[in-house]
Amino acid sequence: MSVTLVETHGLTAHYGDAQALFGIDFRLEAGEVVAIIGANGAGKSTFLKALTGLVRCARDAVRFRGQPVGSVAPGSIVRMGLAMVPEGRRLFPSLSVEENLLMGAFARRPGPWHLQRLFKLFPILEEKRCSPATSLSGGQQQMVAIGRALMGNPEVLLCDELSLGLAPIVIKEIYEAMPAFTSEGMSLVIVEQDVSVAQRVSQRMMCFQEGRVSLEGASNALTREQIGRAYFGV
Amino acid sequence: MIDTLIQGLLLGGLYALFALGLSLMFGVMRLTNTAQGDFIVLSAFAAIAIAPLVAMQPVAVAALLLPLAFGFGYALQRWVLNGTLGRDPLPSLVVTFGLSIVIQNMLLEVFSADPRSLDSGGFNTRSIGIGDGLAVGALPLAIFGVALLCTLALQSLFDHTKVGRAFRAVSDDREIAELMGLDAHKVYALATALAFIVIALAGSLQAMRTTVAPSDGPLLLLFAFEAVIIGGMGSFWGTFAGAMVLGLAQQIGFRLDPGWGIWFGHLVFLAVLVVRPQGLFPRTRT
Repeated sequence: MSVTLVETHGLTAHYGDAQALFGIDFRLEAGEVVAIIGANGAGKSTFLKALTGLVRCARDAVRFRGQPVGSVAPGSIVRMGLAMVPEGRRLFPSLSVEENLLMGAFARRPGPWHLQRLFKLFPILEEKRCSPATSLSGGQQQMVAIGRALMGNPEVLLCDELSLGLAPIVIKEIYEAMPAFTSEGMSLVIVEQDVSVAQRVSQRMMCFQEGRVSLEGASNALTREQIGRAYFGV
Repeated sequence: MIDTLIQGLLLGGLYALFALGLSLMFGVMRLTNTAQGDFIVLSAFAAIAIAPLVAMQPVAVAALLLPLAFGFGYALQRWVLNGTLGRDPLPSLVVTFGLSIVIQNMLLEVFSADPRSLDSGGFNTRSIGIGDGLAVGALPLAIFGVALLCTLALQSLFDHTKVGRAFRAVSDDREIAELMGLDAHKVYALATALAFIVIALAGSLQAMRTTVAPSDGPLLLLFAFEAVIIGGMGSFWGTFAGAMVLGLAQQIGFRLDPGWGIWFGHLVFLAVLVVRPQGLFPRTRT
């Protein structure tokens, strides 16, 4: 029987005065890749932020390995093994590439990921290790953001819109690196705008619409028509 | 002429010590400590109070005062100033402004309005001949040396250590830094603790060099502020350079007319604001 890593039950969350999530039920098993799709403002990013403690929610609404972690400080959650690649990458502009990666290791979780291994996965980062992180191209910055999260040796990696603002060929390159960590049992939650990418890389998909789950199922079983209806709510 | 330049640079050293703490706190957490000058005066009085207890030994005074300042800074940030931080800069300004008034009145109550100084055992009147009939004061030279060392130490700490990386990371993006496992409140407290080490050094040296009175703080804050703005908030070396410019300007003013010194400093400060509002060495981040 597989282990449930992350679980939400009736998760509600607010973004400022507006309610962004209306009772999300979610499960992530060990080794699973789950994709979340949905239009802008559907609550996908808010959902990831609620999982990592960046958006407040009820303590019991989010569980990690059975423990309630809603609204727990982000630092404690990352120590438990949940890391995020934030939307828009959000690298530290005054830190070099290497320093950005080292920040990811701040929580000192033991595990297989370290600088040398990352440089093997993304060789360009070794070449540019001393450059300011924001001087890199968008795709390279995304590699730094992924690398930074991997340096924390998470059990669960949350990726928020990896493809945002990147050329298709770069998106392909980034997703091709994914088996390097999923093959070792790391679980992934991927928020994606690009439905075909989401469907290709995930085992299970959820579609969010206006803060609710409008569709859920095995990625290879969902039809374009089902997804389209859930996505636009028509 | 050379004499004026040397005196200006040495005075700049003192202003660098006044300004580094301000620059550090603003750089890490965008907090403008309007009580900076009063904290310098407070630490000067602390040094004056501690000195007789340890037979006026400067090393013993430093050994007591510096850890005290570090702890005070840490606690002040952790339990007072952290609560004022946020998107709105006003609460922190109001609170530090309030602290400024509290400190001035408390010092007045405890030490009276009399100016006092810290006895340096004659060190403040010693001078070193540098040829050509010129001489520099041993104390101003020592102050310059301390300022240079503090600047170097802070800049290397920021650029090359894990703590420095944490300072820059929380300054860049607090939310993401916390997502990496940093506790921003502790990082801020550490930054203020370090700033207070420099503040304590500045206060003790100021009290050795001249007299201090409870109402001196705002003027010291003004010099610190001018140095930071002229320098451009990009780095500690920028602050150091800004302090040099301010020291030189004041000294040249003094030379032209004994009443013009401070006014000349203000003129240069205003000129920099008009011509180069980002300062001489702004942050070169993209």
